Amino acid sequence: MEALSALIFPILTLIRKELLAIFKDPANRIVLFAPAFVQTLLFGYAASFDLTNVPYAVLDQSHSAASSELLARLDGTGVFRREATLANANQIAQVIDEQRALMVIAIPADFAESLAAGRRAPVQLILDGRNSTTAGSASGYVASVVAAFNAARGGGPGLELVRRAWFNPNLESRWQIVPAMVATLSMLQTLLLAALSVAREREQGTFDQLLVTPLTPLQILVGKSVPSIVVGMLQSTIVLLISLFWFDIPMSGSVWLLYLGLLGFTGASVGIGMSLSSVALNMQQAMLYTFLIIMPLTLLSGLITPVRNMPEVLQVATYANPLRFGVDLVRRVYLEGAGITDIYHDFIPMFVIAALTLPLAAWLFRHRLA
Amino acid sequence: MSATGSGFVQRLTALVRKEMRQMVRDRSNLLVGFLLPLALILLFGYGLSFDVRNAPVAVVIDTPSVAAREVVSGLEGSRYLAPRRVTTMAEAEHLLGDGRVDAIVHLPVDFARRYAAGRARVQIVLNGIDSVTASTLEAYLSGSISKTLEHRVDRGEGGLSGAGQVEIVQRVWFNETSNSTWYLVPGLVVLIMTLVGAFLTSLLVAREWERGTLESLFVTPVRPLEIVLAKLAPYILVGLVDLAMCLVAARVLFDVPIRGSLLAVLVSSTMYLIVSLLLGLWISGATRNQFAASQVALLTSFMPAMMLSGFVFDLRNVPLGVEIAAQIVPATHFMTLIKTLFLAGTDWAMVARSCAILGGYALLLTFLTRRTVRKRLD
Repeated sequence: MEALSALIFPILTLIRKELLAIFKDPANRIVLFAPAFVQTLLFGYAASFDLTNVPYAVLDQSHSAASSELLARLDGTGVFRREATLANANQIAQVIDEQRALMVIAIPADFAESLAAGRRAPVQLILDGRNSTTAGSASGYVASVVAAFNAARGGGPGLELVRRAWFNPNLESRWQIVPAMVATLSMLQTLLLAALSVAREREQGTFDQLLVTPLTPLQILVGKSVPSIVVGMLQSTIVLLISLFWFDIPMSGSVWLLYLGLLGFTGASVGIGMSLSSVALNMQQAMLYTFLIIMPLTLLSGLITPVRNMPEVLQVATYANPLRFGVDLVRRVYLEGAGITDIYHDFIPMFVIAALTLPLAAWLFRHRLA
Repeated sequence: MSATGSGFVQRLTALVRKEMRQMVRDRSNLLVGFLLPLALILLFGYGLSFDVRNAPVAVVIDTPSVAAREVVSGLEGSRYLAPRRVTTMAEAEHLLGDGRVDAIVHLPVDFARRYAAGRARVQIVLNGIDSVTASTLEAYLSGSISKTLEHRVDRGEGGLSGAGQVEIVQRVWFNETSNSTWYLVPGLVVLIMTLVGAFLTSLLVAREWERGTLESLFVTPVRPLEIVLAKLAPYILVGLVDLAMCLVAARVLFDVPIRGSLLAVLVSSTMYLIVSLLLGLWISGATRNQFAASQVALLTSFMPAMMLSGFVFDLRNVPLGVEIAAQIVPATHFMTLIKTLFLAGTDWAMVARSCAILGGYALLLTFLTRRTVRKRLD
């Protein structure tokens, strides 16, 4: 008992000192917690592929009841907003180029005749491909409106698609992105926090003093990692609360499992940060090394583009990326309600990363004396 | 007058030389300055894609029929889809749950009968965890199935014919093949300019404040504006090399067209680079603390440039408050311009407007940064 408290007590003292060093500066308190709020709200609204407002222009050369009905259906969706009514085809380029309209629907003069005669009536759809993902979604909406129009007229292939989407019934992209930010946003800052923790002391020369105290490298490691992990978990909690109560994204899984996953994930991130910190000679290096790896970690995480779409080689490389598994874990527990047996495989890489990087950092404390 | 003029040049040259040496001395600067952009170029060009190709789809047919078989061969013909037959719905759901297929197409027992009556019903089950892929897949599936059935109608082999129908003839301007690399690569120019700016410069002033070396500069004849310009110069050079790498990679490696004027691309990119370097310097000077400076630089650069600038997410769909926030981010103004210059061509009015906004930011930030290195101790 005596021995255990002799082991633990110095760590607690170090943790206390580290927390004080982080939080004594009011600017730091703001910089560590306010951004999680602001970013979640901003990105929660901005980061969406769902079209709610598509400005479009019409070139209706048919001027018929049928063309009006088709356009009325389009306007009736609430997604499309008619920005301009064009008089001739020469005006198409201008509205698209100036980005006043995302798309132009051109209905030819013989539209009503063809329909009445039972022929195919082509309608031209011109899309601004500067963002081809948005253009693709808009085209999908138009296709479904046209299909409904055809079906109402008793034409078309007579097809009724019944869609059922698991875990996200309306296929809202916000449901995909906001839960993933529970892991992403906290990683960005905690990695940097961990990376600066040792580098700052090295730059100020106090790290050598720490090394001559009776603390072992392992105790220093624990003392330095715990505060970063705590900050990371608090940031995740902020994002989680906003996701649950502001964006009303329902959580299907267990909170405990989610936090267990976040703990593993944050541990792995802090491990990477501490290793960088031990390699760096000063704060600038620590920061630049962090930036150097944060970008690929974020881009290769599946946060925005699916991991499956990446080339084989990069997919293998993502096994070294805790964020990939953090994002997967949070999404699956949060949206799918996955249990431990469904996602235990996400824990393995995170555990391996933490088990490699944390001891490496402790070893580097003594073996990287410039 | 001429004496002060040459003094300015002389002091500036001396300072630039000092900053240049400091930059080159630390290897981590060059890593972030050149290796990070290179890594990002390769990642964006080869690694990231929104395009669904060969997506595995489970097909469940309850009762075999000619129409059902044609639906399957229609799906097989699509380069976006890789259908595989599965006998029961339970098995298909199991595959979907494990992520081994991305969607299930279910042709129910009464498919053929209802189809003959002119009202076929097809069930599609998607995994909404990845809603973007799911939506895209839904569009491909419904497109493929309706095409197959329409062809049958045309051949008079089922469905109801007689009634005319509207058909969409689609053309995607500027990105004819709807390849997401085409809009990700121009966005990459913005991202790299943002990162080089924010990451490399954000510690420069803060470090000098922490170490007290800026106070020693105060006793020299050097003026605040000269300090700011000298700190800017070496990194403009780095940024321009990165810009050249981006442009060459876009043309040569990824075959992304640059349809607008190259001059406009260079001028606007340089202006944005200066804005972003100044933003880093200002953060650095305003915080006077390396820890806070690095956190603020990280928060104000990378994520806003990626999430808020219209890079991947279209700004037409955001609420007003977010729209305002997005307009404040300088990257937004450059993003619209550079995408247009790459894919659409030169719209001089847009070039002028965006450059004016960027110029305004540059002046404002120079003024603000200059204040942070004023010769004043407090």
